[in-house]
Amino acid sequence: MSKTKSVKHNYVSLTTYHAAPPSSSSLPGPDDIYRAQFPNGITLLSRANFNSPSVVISGYIQAGSLFDTDEKLGLADFTALALMRGSAQRDLQQIYDALESCGASLSFSAGLHTASFSGRSLAEDLSLLLNTLAEVLRQPAFPAEQIEKLRAQLLTGLAIRAQNTADMAALTFDQIVFANHPYGRPEDGYPETIQAIRRQDLVNFHRRFYGPRGMVIALVGAVEPQAAMEQVQRALADWDNPDQPDSPPLPPLTPLQETVTRRVNIPGKFQSDLVIGTFGPARRDPEYLPTSLGNSVLGQFGWMGRIGDAVREKSGLAYYAYSSLNAGIGPGSWEISAGVNPDNVTKASDLIRREVSRFIEKGVSAEELSDSQANFVGRLPLSMESNAGVAGALLNIERFDLGLDYYRRFADLVRAVTPEDVLQAARKYFHSERLAIAIAGP
Amino acid sequence: MPDIHRTALANGLQVMLKEIHTAPIISSWVWYRVGSRDEPSGRTGISHWVEHMQFKGTPQFPASILDKVIAREGGISNAFTYLDWTTYFETMPGDKIELALRLEADRMVNSTFDPEEVASERTVVISEREGNENEPLFLLGEAVQAAAFRVHPYHHEIIGDLADLKTMSRDDLYAHYRCYYVPDNAVLSLAGDFETEAILARIRELFEPIPAGPTPPRQARPEPPMRGEHRLSLEGPGETTYLQLAYRAPAGSDPNFFPLTVLDSLLAGPSSLNMFGGGGISNKTSRLYRTLVEKELAVAVGSSAITTVDPFLYTFTITVHPQRKAEEVLSAFDDEVKRIQDETVSAEEIDRAIKQARALFAYGSENISNQAFWLGHAEMFATYDWFLGYLDKLAAVTSAEVRHAAQSILRPQNRVVGIYIPTGVEVGHE
Repeated sequence: MSKTKSVKHNYVSLTTYHAAPPSSSSLPGPDDIYRAQFPNGITLLSRANFNSPSVVISGYIQAGSLFDTDEKLGLADFTALALMRGSAQRDLQQIYDALESCGASLSFSAGLHTASFSGRSLAEDLSLLLNTLAEVLRQPAFPAEQIEKLRAQLLTGLAIRAQNTADMAALTFDQIVFANHPYGRPEDGYPETIQAIRRQDLVNFHRRFYGPRGMVIALVGAVEPQAAMEQVQRALADWDNPDQPDSPPLPPLTPLQETVTRRVNIPGKFQSDLVIGTFGPARRDPEYLPTSLGNSVLGQFGWMGRIGDAVREKSGLAYYAYSSLNAGIGPGSWEISAGVNPDNVTKASDLIRREVSRFIEKGVSAEELSDSQANFVGRLPLSMESNAGVAGALLNIERFDLGLDYYRRFADLVRAVTPEDVLQAARKYFHSERLAIAIAGP
Repeated sequence: MPDIHRTALANGLQVMLKEIHTAPIISSWVWYRVGSRDEPSGRTGISHWVEHMQFKGTPQFPASILDKVIAREGGISNAFTYLDWTTYFETMPGDKIELALRLEADRMVNSTFDPEEVASERTVVISEREGNENEPLFLLGEAVQAAAFRVHPYHHEIIGDLADLKTMSRDDLYAHYRCYYVPDNAVLSLAGDFETEAILARIRELFEPIPAGPTPPRQARPEPPMRGEHRLSLEGPGETTYLQLAYRAPAGSDPNFFPLTVLDSLLAGPSSLNMFGGGGISNKTSRLYRTLVEKELAVAVGSSAITTVDPFLYTFTITVHPQRKAEEVLSAFDDEVKRIQDETVSAEEIDRAIKQARALFAYGSENISNQAFWLGHAEMFATYDWFLGYLDKLAAVTSAEVRHAAQSILRPQNRVVGIYIPTGVEVGHE
């Protein structure tokens, strides 16, 4: 195959057809994000978008699975999922009938630190959405028969998870990297822990941990922020839970001292999934952006970066082979995932480890870094195309205290990262002889 | 709704343009009228594999840079192969769209299909198929689809059969490419932040020199009507039983597709037509959820009615409750279907379905990629007018038409029933 280097830059002189040059004003910033805090501890972030007659809300409450005991792991998630199944005022069919009749939606789930919600509707139905949110957050009824129906659904979900090679490899990877740390536990629990949960556990969990303190709502769409604020105020400003506790402190993470490999045998499958990696930075760590750009070069940029090139393009071993960085409140994970024929697990694993070693030894070239920097900067407006995209950005700003001008500053922050920064970040987290390797397959 | 500009170039390439100046973004899609329905037995999966090869380079954009050029400019790109069509898209900062247009004009004719790249991609596609085979619902869907079509090439899965993936040659792939990738068999659709006149001039410069080809053949072996229910079962690992019911359904451009859409909304909940942006809504008040999930026969029910060129399938997929049998679920399903066949649906229920569709439409319009998608996609099975008239057509559906759709489509003689029977689990850790 011919690889003509000279054509690489022959598209630098371009004619422009768009009406206006891209400007930072398409990105949310202090002049168009409305932020309000209510006395009870709720924070609202809102941004108007009248291009479509729709609106989204999304946000979180400080009621995640960190509060779960090992014996009843999955309780936070079970509680979040049960909120919509009946309130003091209405049963499940009545709640969903009102929403679905308008083409609106609202759903909950729980993560490690928080329980999250997201919903959308036509702008004309925003008050329905917010009133439903307030009703199920404040007065869920947890009807006994609905709890049992939900339990059967959760158990089926876990049975399906146990047969999913990618899910099981990811779950096992977390257990290795986050051994003896709450991050090593799956938020959706295990069959025996879901079986152990009683209705009263849900009632108690809600009473204790659900409250307005630390709650954040992002509201984006065809509504003026002032009007949005008034509607949220009417629905939630008088909510109170004086006993709401602080989040439990996170124990320190003990990094691996050697490479640990664990296999999960799932007979009858045609493909194995493997996950190889280590822990990563928290979202607020100074290494986050260098790590993120390094991750892009390693296994994201173009068609899955260097990993995709080595495992898919050059060797034809996998349809997917990429790296990902998960960074949140506490230590994150930095992992490489691939789905391969069971006979090729060792071959793929060796190729991936070789790329990791090269990455730690030599880091990234100036050209590779600048490609990923251009990608990060250029794709930002694309990620803000939809109301949901903007709402996600507003929640990031609040959750990680990034500042209302973060997305306006983002390009400068990205461009300031050097190849040395990336190399240092790579060496801080990745060590060739201290990897977590999880394999699930036949 | 902004005006649409439609034109055809001298070589037959159809161009659809929609200016949207809400964000500095342009989304560009090239659509070819070729998909898995254009594949004879022995070459199943060839359209999808050709789509993969379109990322393997031309003399001007070799593979080593093709995968990077779009990303470097902050764009996203991908491609999809379907039953009736194959499409390639780039969504980019508006001032960079030139690159996407040049790339697409180039690979419409100049892809290399290097034999080494073909060999390497063969195992990638086989790996993609093996990943699919890990999913019980892929295996079940494949078996149901094959049972529903004996004559029509909708018979096989888009990814193709392993036997063909192992044996197809570079020349087979290249011939398929040259046959179907001609401007007179393609639609270029763009939406976003451009001036129509200027961009159209550039499109002409880039695409008009590409010579038209002979009109590619379309396989047209109509499937005879079903004359009785087909039942099949499939065994595999796991604990979960799945039930799938697939009814022969009208084509996307058939006026009967609109009553079917309303019927589907009532039975299994409204489906989002959007491939990009604006996900669906829940279906907990739909008739089948209430009958099957609320009554603890199933833990989930979903459906799909898709817009195809020829009549395809209206499919229900049900995850059976762990304490129930597929036959119990089937019997309750049939009772519910009988109810909608025998009773008159109220005007209110239809109005509700319309409002749901209107909301899903609004969610889809937030996203420029989705709008460019629809400009081209509607042309693949009907025309863009289908999309423009969609809400009005739904609003005009009467209860008599819904009942007729239920009676004519949801007949046992018109369906395949497939059951995935789990053989249990044995999980070990090493």
